Amino acid sequence: MSAPLPDTARQASVGVRQPLIDGVEKVTGRALYTADLPARDALVGAILRSPLAHARIARIDVSRARALPGVRAVITGDDCDVPYGVIPIAQNEYPLARERVRYCGEPVAAVAAVDRATARAALALIELDLQPLPAYFNAASARAADATLLHDDQSGNIARDVDHSFGDVVGGFAAADLVLEENFHYAEVTHAMMEPDASLASWDAERGRLTLHTVSQVPYYVHLMLAQCLRLDAAQIRVIKPFVGGGFGHRTETLNFEIIAALLARAASASVKLELSRADTFITHRGRPETDVRLRIGLSKTGVIKAVDCEVVQRGGAYAGYGLVTILYAGAMLHALYQVPACRYFGLRVYTNTPPNGAMRGHGSVDVRHAFESMLDSMAQTLGLDPFQVRRANLLHPPMRTINDLQVNSYGLGECLERVQEASGWNQRHAHLPKGHGLGLACSHYASGSAKPVHWSGEPHAVVSLKLDFDGGITVLTGAADIGQGSSTLIAQTVAEVMGLSMERLRVLANDSALTPKDNGSYSSRVSFMVGNAAINAATALRQVLLEAVARKFAVPLERVECLGESYRIRDTDHALGYKEAVTLALQPSGTIMVSGNWSTPRDTQGGKFRGAAVGSSAGYSYSAQVVEVAVDEDTGLVRVVKVWVAHDCGRAINPLAVEGQVQGSVWMGMGQALCEQTQYHEGFHQNANFLGYQIPTIVESPPIEVFIVEALDPNGPFGAKEAGEGSLAGFLPALTNAIAQATGLRLHALPASPEHLLDALQVRRRQQKLAASKSAALQKAQV
Amino acid sequence: MAKRLVKLNVNGRAREDAVFDHTLLLEYLREQLGLTGTKRGCDGGECGACTVLVDGEPQLACLTLACRCEGKQVQTIEALAQDGRLSALQTAFNEKLGTQCGFCTPGMVMAAQALLLRQPEPSEAEIREALSGNLCRCTGYVKIIESVQAAAASLAQPNGVSA
Repeated sequence: MSAPLPDTARQASVGVRQPLIDGVEKVTGRALYTADLPARDALVGAILRSPLAHARIARIDVSRARALPGVRAVITGDDCDVPYGVIPIAQNEYPLARERVRYCGEPVAAVAAVDRATARAALALIELDLQPLPAYFNAASARAADATLLHDDQSGNIARDVDHSFGDVVGGFAAADLVLEENFHYAEVTHAMMEPDASLASWDAERGRLTLHTVSQVPYYVHLMLAQCLRLDAAQIRVIKPFVGGGFGHRTETLNFEIIAALLARAASASVKLELSRADTFITHRGRPETDVRLRIGLSKTGVIKAVDCEVVQRGGAYAGYGLVTILYAGAMLHALYQVPACRYFGLRVYTNTPPNGAMRGHGSVDVRHAFESMLDSMAQTLGLDPFQVRRANLLHPPMRTINDLQVNSYGLGECLERVQEASGWNQRHAHLPKGHGLGLACSHYASGSAKPVHWSGEPHAVVSLKLDFDGGITVLTGAADIGQGSSTLIAQTVAEVMGLSMERLRVLANDSALTPKDNGSYSSRVSFMVGNAAINAATALRQVLLEAVARKFAVPLERVECLGESYRIRDTDHALGYKEAVTLALQPSGTIMVSGNWSTPRDTQGGKFRGAAVGSSAGYSYSAQVVEVAVDEDTGLVRVVKVWVAHDCGRAINPLAVEGQVQGSVWMGMGQALCEQTQYHEGFHQNANFLGYQIPTIVESPPIEVFIVEALDPNGPFGAKEAGEGSLAGFLPALTNAIAQATGLRLHALPASPEHLLDALQVRRRQQKLAASKSAALQKAQV
Repeated sequence: MAKRLVKLNVNGRAREDAVFDHTLLLEYLREQLGLTGTKRGCDGGECGACTVLVDGEPQLACLTLACRCEGKQVQTIEALAQDGRLSALQTAFNEKLGTQCGFCTPGMVMAAQALLLRQPEPSEAEIREALSGNLCRCTGYVKIIESVQAAAASLAQPNGVSA
């Protein structure tokens, strides 16, 4: 062919700072979230919640509510007797409580009515008789020997206990030069994503089919739980995820309102829109549990970790949820950041009469990491070591396997440390900061996807499909849930890179169970790694179809055809075809082309053989180091974060712009937990289920966060990429309190570091100093 | 409950609509006019996601009664793009990743729009002050500040598009 061809250079997409593929919809207001979906004839759903934290349901009478004009359905626990839950072996929750309520705010009944006012009026007509039971609002009281069991088959109110020991722990401590043991306490925090919970359910009574639009991070789980709870063939259900306004783990489990919306739609034979208030969204919760940590670390004189002994107790709330995974993560993630030669971990997940906890960004790893990094810092001080030095003394040397069988193949922590040490001016500034200022360092890490899926079906861990048709456009079909992190953009970049095409040739169609492949969802930072790899494989298959078509046309062996994106060339000749011509040729044998690519985690990354070994195992780990500068006002207890320098090893940064955004967002979310966030309950009643009470940082107190991307390429990652959205969160908390320690001399053992808490700690210290001074004065006097 | 007629201008179009006395501007925009770009993020006045401009001033549509907008000009996120092209702020929020999940974005952009209308060259402190009532849970605000700065800079160019 001699016709002029389009630009022959392959278009690069990986490594390009790519705005979001759906950014225009977001900045114009055209993006439709669940509550925005047009549903003029939809009924309005509303939920009646328990006013008590623990009670036997003596009677529910819905007859008056049902009789109210405009009410189309009223349902109670009698309408669904199938339990659900995210972990197949721990399903002990009903969408509407049956026989007992176990937390204040638990749904007990729901109505669908023609409008909001009628729905509210109907709720008020439901008669609910509750017989109070003893209720427990912290782990210690729920564990008391005489405590009433929340679940009859769960003795001691223990949802899960973990006792893991690896290496010679006793010998390790005996060989240590410095052993320290401390206790820490962490308040419960919650996701507080900006979009309140909502579902739109439509029941087609004629065909017995259900369609649910919902705010999920894992629409596939929702699909499974709907089939289970409504006793429907899964093929009769269609689940669609519209735009979703954040999740951070809140939406990884199927949530009660999603099933309730479906039950209401079926009961009313109609469409039902169920929009939760902000307060009810807070109560739906599933956040990071209130946690107590007892940690013992043994170090050598040079700062080398010899042994670790850790106990964690989590107040898990009323139902199992993700609990067993959270308590396992807390132990598993003691490893794979530093070389730990011996470690014992004891964890307890406790049932309490509070809203159920679940997965939240940095799942399970965050509070324990704070304790660990705080103690490393104070022990370094005791040993006369620089905080950087003590961490460098414990770096991993990949490829390596940790003592709890986590496979580490790439590791950029050393470079992360260098980058933040230099950028923060640590060496010059650390010892010469003005009064009240402090610099703190901490490291953290996270999995790039849980190596074993929650539902072990034997299928590949990720599938992406591509459709190529007469127009030359490629539609990427994925079930991966973009909830703002930019996964659809990343998947498109990956396909564009392999095809050598510009992003304009691509569209992404995501999260409609009728159209897109099943996906295990957006949790544990799995999408970039797993779905990215599946996308590479799908695009490689599609490219192969085009290469074969061109080879046929010119009757040359396949290996002589070269893909240049917008053109296909025969090597060492002048023969070439434009992309669209290649597409036309490729379509001739059988028309529209559909290809799929899949990926599964390599077996050697799927963890060990012991009970609970799957949790924490991952095909790749991200690494992060950060330095935080604070200014502390000792008169008010107010901590101002002056600046954060954070280096994150995400392997290849497929979209550096999104990596920066993810790292900044996770550092900032860590700041919220460290400085001000905590849920508060009175007798189980959520006292701050709003943004005035549950204060997340505003733009005013949010610091500059300078991000340095470190690219320790992972051999299993797509183009070497690893996760970027979680690993930097945990490091902020200890970096902050380490900085506060330098600024004030106080080491905080409880978070958040609110002004009240800091003032209390300062006052205690002042009293102790006064007491010590008066004692020594008295002693001197006596000696005189 | 009786409805009353309210005359106002929404996104450049004169309207005459019947609303209840208690109808919130947020409900009127979203449910009566289908302008769902304005978001409900909280139970009233906590998050800023419903920020719109009323006579050029940023207002929380969830705390404003529709009937109190009689004779006023209401502008929502849907009004910013002109002839289908993004405004300077929209372009900047898109290109600089001032938006992630996008839920706070309409309110954030409208609050920034109000700022640029009264102060075309805001300092960083002025940006922070103007957006202090708008919560975002994704970005840590770093790229939001950069987006507003980029928009202001592009508007300051001789051939910059209008805010």
